[in-house]
Amino acid sequence: MRCQACHALAYDRVGPRHCGVVGRKAGSVAGFPYSPAMKKANVVWTEKTLDRFLISPLKMVPGTTMTYDGVPDPQDRADLVAYLKQAGKSAECVR
Amino acid sequence: MPTPATARRLFLGRSGGLVLSGAAVALLCGNDALAATTGGGKMEDVSILNTALGAELEAIAAYQLGAESGLLQKPVLGIAVSFQGHHKEHAAVLAKTIEKLGGKAVSAKDKYNFPVDQLKTQADVLRFAARLEQGAVSAYLGAVPLFGNRDLAKAAASILGDEAMHWAILRQALGEVPVPSAFVA
Repeated sequence: MRCQACHALAYDRVGPRHCGVVGRKAGSVAGFPYSPAMKKANVVWTEKTLDRFLISPLKMVPGTTMTYDGVPDPQDRADLVAYLKQAGKSAECVR
Repeated sequence: MPTPATARRLFLGRSGGLVLSGAAVALLCGNDALAATTGGGKMEDVSILNTALGAELEAIAAYQLGAESGLLQKPVLGIAVSFQGHHKEHAAVLAKTIEKLGGKAVSAKDKYNFPVDQLKTQADVLRFAARLEQGAVSAYLGAVPLFGNRDLAKAAASILGDEAMHWAILRQALGEVPVPSAFVA
């Protein structure tokens, strides 16, 4: 629920789409106006990097426009990453 | 039920003469508050405000879509118009603050990707709006601790409170428990 402020699965909003995020290079959705910081982050989103990012987005990528304090609870982060992985296989993402 | 054209006139008629309340301007644009935002934290605060502004502009567009859909009936239409007016106030004051801090305020997108094909009834529109408001509450909650300037954090918390009220009213209109828990996340 907290992601939906800025993100949708299949289309870009204030934040980029989440379909395909696991395995994607950070800052690589075509046409999305990323911050220079995110474009230069040189990160591939894996379970590990997403977990680290979600702890504190601005600490991992200073200058990101994802100005969100973070998700402190490890289980909450694990659930979020699991959801993103599962959602990537959903009809909304694979059509 | 108003026609889309009527709804649009109603919408624009009520919100076109937007005047920011003195309290809102003071919250975000007071010189004392801005004077405290100096040095390294200033541009970070601008970035936070710009992300919030982007979300507010999206919310304005979403309520416009709802009002023009012809699916909202009185008194729900009036409530939606009122809530859109609040988002316009938030956006205006955020943009003004960003500029006062030396930043460049983001503009509204030419086109938003809303799930138009999923909006068939008034309840669909209300659920769509409720999800956006709930998301906005989470976004402001995640932003408040990041501000370097505590006055800006206070102002953002004020907006959070307003959007939480929107969310509750929309839930009530859907026949749901308006305030489902003691805390928001």
